[in-house]
Amino acid sequence: MITLSHYIVLGTILFCISVAGIFINRKNVIVLLMSIELMLLAVNTNFVAFSRFLGNVDGQVFVFFILTVAAAESAIGLAILVTLFRNRATINVGEIDSMKG
Amino acid sequence: MSFELILFYLFATVLTLSALMVITVKNSVHAALFLVLTFFTAAALWILLQAEFLGIALVLVYVGAVMVLFLFVVMMLNIDVEPLREGFVRHLPVGIVVAVVMLVEMLMLIGVKSMSTQALPADPAGASNTAWLGNALFTQFLLPFEVAAVILTVALVAAVTLTLRRRVGVKSQNPAKQVAVKASERIRIVKMESAGKGGTP
Repeated sequence: MITLSHYIVLGTILFCISVAGIFINRKNVIVLLMSIELMLLAVNTNFVAFSRFLGNVDGQVFVFFILTVAAAESAIGLAILVTLFRNRATINVGEIDSMKG
Repeated sequence: MSFELILFYLFATVLTLSALMVITVKNSVHAALFLVLTFFTAAALWILLQAEFLGIALVLVYVGAVMVLFLFVVMMLNIDVEPLREGFVRHLPVGIVVAVVMLVEMLMLIGVKSMSTQALPADPAGASNTAWLGNALFTQFLLPFEVAAVILTVALVAAVTLTLRRRVGVKSQNPAKQVAVKASERIRIVKMESAGKGGTP
């Protein structure tokens, strides 16, 4: 019998993996974007599980909107990446320091 | 152990392993392909949760569109992987420690109370998942739905604007200008005196 906690634990594991991915791949923008996608996937899994186990449709509607915004976000992120690579010929986060932040 | 539970553990294992591969493999193309596997397995898990519409939408939107975009960009940019890997080993212990601490904290928060939660029936009316979701989406959440459409359009325009490159010195046609042209702009009638009678032309 699958319970709610199975899915929540799975979402937690996925979220922690993506946090570790952000830590260990902090030079590579592409893998950073992929880690963010994984994080959103973990949150979406939680939403779907709660929606199913509480019998409430609102969670699934919210997942729908998160998918929309995440698709828009990754499209714009990759567009910025392409522009960045065209101007600086690198995607190394360590070398993107023209704003001296 | 029911068949459903076996499927859950199988999918969960594949999901976790492929997510681990995404963050550890050296080649970005391989990472993108493992991310495809991750999304596909997550879609299978959602379908196991009787969220069929969202599962199929995840495959169509993510595997079909977003991941193809990722692969396209990764292959288009000629990336030297080696400098991007520096610091990988140095940051590995920190990443693992943070992830494990977060995991333990969250697991303690989840606790044992939710272990006994039973699934409620999905829809009291007994409609399919798609009908259930669509009913809520087009009545209660109609305005957010329209806003989501606007967000997608804005993202499309923004992505095109960001990557548009105007080159100088390229000869190109402007159809609007061509259509709007008037005869007076093309032909210039010059009045000039006729040659005299009997004169040589």
